[in-house]
Amino acid sequence: MDRIDFQQLKAGEVNLGTSIMAVQFSNGVVIGADSRTTTGSYIANRVTDKLTHVHDRVYCCRSGSAADTQAVADMVHYYCQILSQSTGSPPTVHAAANIFQKICYENKDALSAGIIVAGWDKDVGPSVYNIPLGGGLFRQPWAIGGSGSTYVYGYCDATYQEGWGRGETIEFVKKTLSLAMARDGSSGGVIRMCVITEEGVERLFIPGNELPQFWTGIEVLAPPKEKVVLDPQVAPMVVE
Amino acid sequence: MTSIGTGYDLSASTYSPDGRIFQVEYANKAVENSGTAIGLKVKDGVVIAVEKLVHSKLLVPGANRRIQTVDRHIGLATAGLPADGRTIANRARDETANYRDFYRSPPPLQAIVERVGQFVQVYTLYSSVRPFGVSTILGAVDKNGPALYVIEPSGVFFGYHGAAVGKGRQLAKTELEKLKLSELTAREAVIEAARIIYLVHEDAKEKEFELEMSWIGPETNGIHLPVPKDLFDEAESKAKEALTSGLE
Amino acid sequence: MDHFPTNWGRPRNDAVDLYNTFPIHQRPSNVPKDAFSAGIQHTQQPIVTGTSVLAIKFKDGVMMAADNLASYGSLARFRNIQRLCPVGEHTVLGAGGDMGDFQYIQAILDELIIDEFAAGDGHTLGPKEVHNYLSELMYARRSKMNPLWNALLVGGFKDGERFLAFVDLLGTTYSASTLATGYGAHIAQPLLRSAVEGREDTLTEDEARKILEESMRVLFYRDARSLDQYQIATITAKGVDISESRKLETAWSFAEGIRGYGAQTQ
Repeated sequence: MDRIDFQQLKAGEVNLGTSIMAVQFSNGVVIGADSRTTTGSYIANRVTDKLTHVHDRVYCCRSGSAADTQAVADMVHYYCQILSQSTGSPPTVHAAANIFQKICYENKDALSAGIIVAGWDKDVGPSVYNIPLGGGLFRQPWAIGGSGSTYVYGYCDATYQEGWGRGETIEFVKKTLSLAMARDGSSGGVIRMCVITEEGVERLFIPGNELPQFWTGIEVLAPPKEKVVLDPQVAPMVVE
Repeated sequence: MTSIGTGYDLSASTYSPDGRIFQVEYANKAVENSGTAIGLKVKDGVVIAVEKLVHSKLLVPGANRRIQTVDRHIGLATAGLPADGRTIANRARDETANYRDFYRSPPPLQAIVERVGQFVQVYTLYSSVRPFGVSTILGAVDKNGPALYVIEPSGVFFGYHGAAVGKGRQLAKTELEKLKLSELTAREAVIEAARIIYLVHEDAKEKEFELEMSWIGPETNGIHLPVPKDLFDEAESKAKEALTSGLE
Repeated sequence: MDHFPTNWGRPRNDAVDLYNTFPIHQRPSNVPKDAFSAGIQHTQQPIVTGTSVLAIKFKDGVMMAADNLASYGSLARFRNIQRLCPVGEHTVLGAGGDMGDFQYIQAILDELIIDEFAAGDGHTLGPKEVHNYLSELMYARRSKMNPLWNALLVGGFKDGERFLAFVDLLGTTYSASTLATGYGAHIAQPLLRSAVEGREDTLTEDEARKILEESMRVLFYRDARSLDQYQIATITAKGVDISESRKLETAWSFAEGIRGYGAQTQ
């Protein structure tokens, strides 16, 4: 017997097919996401904003069920507000990530949410946390997620280097997401990015028709052409 | 023929004491009685021409064609029994279809000739069948360029620059040998082919005939097609001209 | 022996692809089936797939469009595939669905055209004949429980007459002055109908091309298995013309100011 599996999207559920990413650099983090939301292979929203504000210097990238991740992000947003009011200072990225983790872990049977939490805080500076499907919490210098990410692990491993500045990091995120969006049918549209530093959050936007281009297989592969001459120059036999 | 009616000529499955298969030789006789067919492999293509003897004025002009198409780029002409010629063409078409199905690319002529040659040869092995009474000229422009082959009733086949089979083959071969085939274009070869057919027909003047010509070359995009009417008419009138001037 | 490498070393009964290593939504499963399924199993789903094909009639003939993508599940695997193919001198075949089956169909039709050419009788196959042949082929295969997994559009022009018709994996056929397969049937067909119906005899080639381009753009916006590179086939009295691959112009700048999914402003 097949067991009932809540990990699977319910029929007709809106899915953030998604390519998401966060990378930390010397004095901040760059987070990025595509903008495609699908039900099956129908694009329900082509200009989605998957970069969600959690607190002043903490954002999350959402992948999985749109409904689940929105609900979770709203809860964490609420807890962070409570936390900053009661402590008198903004929550650390670690604190926010831990709340995400707790919700995702304790409800793992009911949720399909793969979330990357990233931001800047006074304690450690920039940091990136990955919370994949089972509800674990993993700090990483860079994290990728969503269905599109499976196509770009190799590119990230081959490209990422420690010690990058803001410009190089933005370029890395932009290229990685473009590659993922080009290969993953569940990702696409525009690239939205945020640069989060002590000074603030800067939004960046790459329209879908201005994405970095990579190899696509330029010529169209048609079957080899054998031209047939149009006029065979033979008339049908006349039957009198 | 030396040994006639000694009982060794009744079956294709029986050799004569001196190692011959008379049924195959008789098949060659059927070819020799047929109107001439020639093939020219030239610089950029192939031309096939046939002297089709018309045995009745009641026939529709153009009927009973002796040049047939095998594949887009392969044509064939037969000399001998017309019905056998059709069997050979159908077999050749089946072989090209089989080749295409298996390799998903247009077959080179040699591959088809090998298969049809084997098919013909098998009919020289059994007492229950009669060898084919045709010699077949096959022409193509394939990936290796122009190609020309002849398959004989024995199943043997050779590649040629110029080929002639049927009644007027000797004279036709002599004429073909005079040409610099490898320097001619397909268009020029059409003129020569018509001339040769008209020339060899002189020996059977009393019989009516139709000239049949097809070609494969750059002007047909590598496709086997009948020679277009304007070129055909030009070639035919030049052939007649050459004949009258040659006789004077 | 299990011949699907993606099944090796994995739980035998997982209801979903928990490991996300297989881009196909339905993976062949190891679950024991009922006794009647022990016999021959034929194609159960398409693997490498093409999405919509669009076609409309216009003043001088028929115009068709299809993008250049062949997907592998959600993976955009081959991005330079031609899904419109000429059949003889008067016909174009456009295919959605399994690309392997489409290639097989092309080979069969090519042989059909060669047979007809070799006959040398001055007759050629037109779009009607090709469509009828395909409908018989598709129905015969579905009746063997082994369908060719495609939705096909046949467009053509012969003897002064336009022709446009549909046939699918079941052998279903129908004809109209605008047709679309796959997502196109849901998204593009209404657009095509409102742009074409009643104007079949006045639409120019340029207008027809614009209508198809606009529909392809909407499909690219809304179909997650589509590509912004596509080709257009035009079939008129002059014969068949299949364009080079072209790229869609798309608009995104309006999205720059969008934030969050509700109250969020930053």
